[in-house]
Amino acid sequence: MPVEQVFRDEWGRVLACLIGYFGDFDLAEEAAAEAFAAAAQRWPSDGTPDNPGAWLVTTARHRGIDRLRRDRVLAAKLRLLAAEPSGQEGAEGKEGEDDVAPTAIPDERLELIFMCCHPALALEAQVALTLRAAAGLSTEEIARAFLVPADTMKRRLTRAKAKIKLAGIPFAVPAAPRQPERLAAVLAVVYLVFNQGYGDHQDRSGLAAEAIRLGRVLAALLPAEPEALGLLALMLLHDARRDARFTGEDLVLLADQDRSRWDRSQIAEGRALLDRAWRRPGPYALQAAIASLQTESELDWPQIAVLYGELADLTGSAVVRLNRAVAVAEAEGPAAALAIVDSLDLPEYQYWHSTRAELLRRLGRADEARAAYGDALARARTAPERRFLQRRIAES
Amino acid sequence: MQYALLIYTRPGATEALSPDEQAAVHDEYMTLRKEPGMTGGASLHAVETATTVRVQDERMLVTDGPFADTKEVFAGFYLLEADDLDAATEIAARIPAARLGGAVEIRPVVTGPS
Repeated sequence: MPVEQVFRDEWGRVLACLIGYFGDFDLAEEAAAEAFAAAAQRWPSDGTPDNPGAWLVTTARHRGIDRLRRDRVLAAKLRLLAAEPSGQEGAEGKEGEDDVAPTAIPDERLELIFMCCHPALALEAQVALTLRAAAGLSTEEIARAFLVPADTMKRRLTRAKAKIKLAGIPFAVPAAPRQPERLAAVLAVVYLVFNQGYGDHQDRSGLAAEAIRLGRVLAALLPAEPEALGLLALMLLHDARRDARFTGEDLVLLADQDRSRWDRSQIAEGRALLDRAWRRPGPYALQAAIASLQTESELDWPQIAVLYGELADLTGSAVVRLNRAVAVAEAEGPAAALAIVDSLDLPEYQYWHSTRAELLRRLGRADEARAAYGDALARARTAPERRFLQRRIAES
Repeated sequence: MQYALLIYTRPGATEALSPDEQAAVHDEYMTLRKEPGMTGGASLHAVETATTVRVQDERMLVTDGPFADTKEVFAGFYLLEADDLDAATEIAARIPAARLGGAVEIRPVVTGPS
């Protein structure tokens, strides 16, 4: 396996383990960075160790302890280290993979992710921190993905880490009564990352893939949480259609997509996860079920409308009701759908206007349709969407 | 870690309650004072009693009223020793002002040289 791949895969786990050990984000991050640098130097000539994660953690612990020793201001922390219960390997150990059993490396990535997605941090900080700490992206990569200057992103991360430390944001999986809402926040961050990547025709940032990777970690660590499985299923089912969603930079509607370009194995994996999530389906599982139905060769629009209805009841979201209207248009016709659309209060939402326009067009109300496409165009944010709407206006 | 739980109330919110409910709210504040980890705090008189002082060019400027003219007013605080922010948040959520149209701001206290 190439060193870079090992690095990406191991970073979150190694960093989590070090934060658990040192109780200090900055120290853990610096120590981890040193260990990864040492690995980059040595592994190509010495060969990748059998257990790269254990090697990295052990090396980083030693580097971190050395750093603590050198840093007199942190003398208090050394006293803490001296008080470590016996059984932890001492600071005297030789650097390398031999002095630690793989089982001694705990998997604390959940603690790390819950800390990064703590509601006491601003959402944009949660996203940045999760990508930096759990997914192992560099500050520059995150800055590029979110189109902000690298300095801005660096300050955002620094502020977030300072708040974690000063406000005492815990490195912990929240207690049971608070866990559902906290897990929802974690999943929302992962899904936001996914959508940031998925909205770009080439996903140059690779964020969709990073979100799926994080989703896999969560699904593996929380195998009994239907929504963790549901989110991963949802992302896989959407991502499976990625290659068919654009021609050049232009969006291709679902009905017009070249199905031979869909990733069948990803669809199968998404469906298998969905089966497991279906015991207690939440919003993500319902959306995944809809996405799954949309990959069938014959679309079951009445069933899709039912699922959107359940999702709307669960979330109370007007946007979901708008999506239900689209399914109703196919199942019952545009008139029934337009009645639903007109009952929704979404005057600033681009897709409310474009959906209305589409329904009016199908009802033969061309003038109203053109006006509605214009209202959608005024609110469209991406070039492919604007081109699509302009074509529609020209055609109607 | 030590936290200050800064209590902001909406004026009139407590007065709008029945006498029994007001007494119950008062009891809740008293009970919180006995919570393990509570090391101090103070309850302040109504915002109408506030006086604000500023110094400009060595001249003292005294004005009637609070520093910030906001809908919610600073009404008091607790000092709490807690393991982490989550533990402090659980206590803060039990402060009546939080559910009576006000809010509680949790601020870590500077302890020792930083």
